[in-house]
Amino acid sequence: MTIIKETQTNKPAIGRSQIALLEKLSNASGVSGDEGEVRAIILEEIKSHVDETKIDALGNLLVLRKARMDNPLRVMLAAHMDEVGLMIVAGDDGGIFEFERVGSVDIRQLVGKQVLVGKNHIPGVIGARPIHLLEEEDMKKTIPIDNLRIDLGLNSSDKAKPGDRVVFGTRFSQVGPSLFGKALDNRMGVTTLIELVKHAPANIEMLAVFTVQEEIGGRGARVSAYGYNPDLAIVLDTTPANDLPTWDDTENAHYNTVLGKGPAIYIADKGTIYDRRLINFFAEIGISNKIPYQIRQPGGGGTDAGQIHRQRSGIPSVAISVPHRNTHSAISIARLADWKNTLGLVYNGLLKLEPALLKHTDSQY
Amino acid sequence: MIELSPYLKKLISLPGLSGFEAPVHDLIRETWFPIVDELVTSPLGSLHGLKRGTGSEPRPRLLLAAHMDAIGLMVTTIANGFLRITEVGGVDPRILPGQPVIVHGKKDLPGVIIQPPSTLLPPGHGEKPVEMRYLFVDTGLTEKEVGEFVHPGDQVSFAQVPVDLSGDCMAGHTMDDRVAVAALTLCLQDLQHVQHAWDVWGVATVQEEETFGGAWTSAFSIQPQIAVAIDVTFAKGPGLSNHRGYPLGKGLTLDMGPNIHPALFKRFKEVAEKLDIPFHVEPNPTHTGTDTFAMQVTAEGIPSMVIGIPLRYMHTPVETVCLKDISRTGHLLTEFIATLEPDFISKITWDD
Repeated sequence: MTIIKETQTNKPAIGRSQIALLEKLSNASGVSGDEGEVRAIILEEIKSHVDETKIDALGNLLVLRKARMDNPLRVMLAAHMDEVGLMIVAGDDGGIFEFERVGSVDIRQLVGKQVLVGKNHIPGVIGARPIHLLEEEDMKKTIPIDNLRIDLGLNSSDKAKPGDRVVFGTRFSQVGPSLFGKALDNRMGVTTLIELVKHAPANIEMLAVFTVQEEIGGRGARVSAYGYNPDLAIVLDTTPANDLPTWDDTENAHYNTVLGKGPAIYIADKGTIYDRRLINFFAEIGISNKIPYQIRQPGGGGTDAGQIHRQRSGIPSVAISVPHRNTHSAISIARLADWKNTLGLVYNGLLKLEPALLKHTDSQY
Repeated sequence: MIELSPYLKKLISLPGLSGFEAPVHDLIRETWFPIVDELVTSPLGSLHGLKRGTGSEPRPRLLLAAHMDAIGLMVTTIANGFLRITEVGGVDPRILPGQPVIVHGKKDLPGVIIQPPSTLLPPGHGEKPVEMRYLFVDTGLTEKEVGEFVHPGDQVSFAQVPVDLSGDCMAGHTMDDRVAVAALTLCLQDLQHVQHAWDVWGVATVQEEETFGGAWTSAFSIQPQIAVAIDVTFAKGPGLSNHRGYPLGKGLTLDMGPNIHPALFKRFKEVAEKLDIPFHVEPNPTHTGTDTFAMQVTAEGIPSMVIGIPLRYMHTPVETVCLKDISRTGHLLTEFIATLEPDFISKITWDD
């Protein structure tokens, strides 16, 4: 009997080289509105795999992979490139700089951190008054941002200027079953989408968009969805896992998602009621392919779908996210298995997508 | 030949929480071995290195103390694979969310400090700082693995990698007080080529951040005629602009006040002035919060002095120092030792 080797070349997967790419992307600086460094890494990765690319007026990277079949669904896949961060707004002559936040950064996550400033990644720190000089009451108050500074060391007035973007100085690492790094939101989604672009299925017209400015309101997604005018959109993002014990060890009813339980499918958040047909479709894909998935608890938050689904005449949208703890902080934690299962769920779904899915019938409601 | 910058990075990257100083002790022992005449580890774990003087016996003894212990955290309980923590030394809980740490369990495990969202905290908590007892260390491992490797009482060290900043500065955790260990090491190295009458005992003390346990006991066993603590002091910078801070990179500080013998202050000042080593006078109205607090009142009392190395953001993982201030401190110690005449102590008087 002949042993037929299964060819892996056309199937996306997450292995050593994809983790190395995530590391590179996680360590890169790409605060909302200044995504160039991330965009350049993506372009380099995908350039030999694409039919068309375009960078639009806001800096979105639009990538087309044509279908190899007639009458394909035009599927937009969106992953935001930007991360939350800081911007230098003023300096003094000692190399100590004032800053503001870009996106929803919890001030309490800033104290005692290393940061990287500007395109040259100049290292700095955000310090605090020594505990020796504090009263007990002081430690019960959050240090206001007006009292925090970025310190680049001595004689460094010329090393940064107002307008420079700032990211956490974290370096990515793989720890047991987990991944530690900054900006896993959303460089995991970006890496997933790069892998999908490289292995685009023949049955769909793939309209991949690496979006800008998600963290400040999905502004990149809005214009790219207008431009591509797809039949449906799949948003690839990350979502918080608040799967911790509660303060009094009662049941945690606000976990949002749980690490290790697979990709999280959004039902509803502050900006979107996700398309029921697409939610059910991906849930079925999970069941039939034995890929674990979980439903993200409905609630606040949002994704690029918030802008996409209300574009033009309406674009049915779904969001599939990798859970991660400690979001929007110096170090987030995600599980490699969840990321692999996210790619698996989305890819298997893409293979099965058909125009009939979007036909309205009463039985679906 | 010890290069300051790489050596300091090595020093601060080794664990050594108060009471658990062995890892950093071993590195210092290895460094000092070729440059001292005798090495002893005290019953509590302080490292004593003797550099013999050339004076006739019995020679007077000088003790130079730099504490090697670090502040950090300790595991109190484990809940569903997450570690609850308490402090070792003084830690402001507001610096903790998002910090990388190493959990010293059955093996060293990297972890991250997680701040729970307000939905998991007492009702009405809002966006206030989260108390230490509500924070967690997440090792990224499964509950089963955590149960196997971690137990209450395990130490947790800060793990930020040190970073070079502009102007010869460096930021990292545990600069307090490994910068003083580095300055003391530079001094012991320089003493190879310097004639000195006194015996010099370099001591890397334990447990300064909790009980001064090392300072009490090392001063007792060495019984020096003079004891000098080298420790960090507050540098001016964000969060500290008033008289309590000294400029970074503009020299060391010479303490004065009740912990300091005025004759020692005077001699150090004279030496610094003569050699143009920049310094500021640091008045300390009560006690200095250094090993001198203990050493001064050991046995029948010891004339004591404190040298300060300015540092920004003390007791945070981004403690920032200027390397020049460290080498200046080492240099001043060496030059002070060289000036010590055999009968110096008999000339110390209280001129009222």
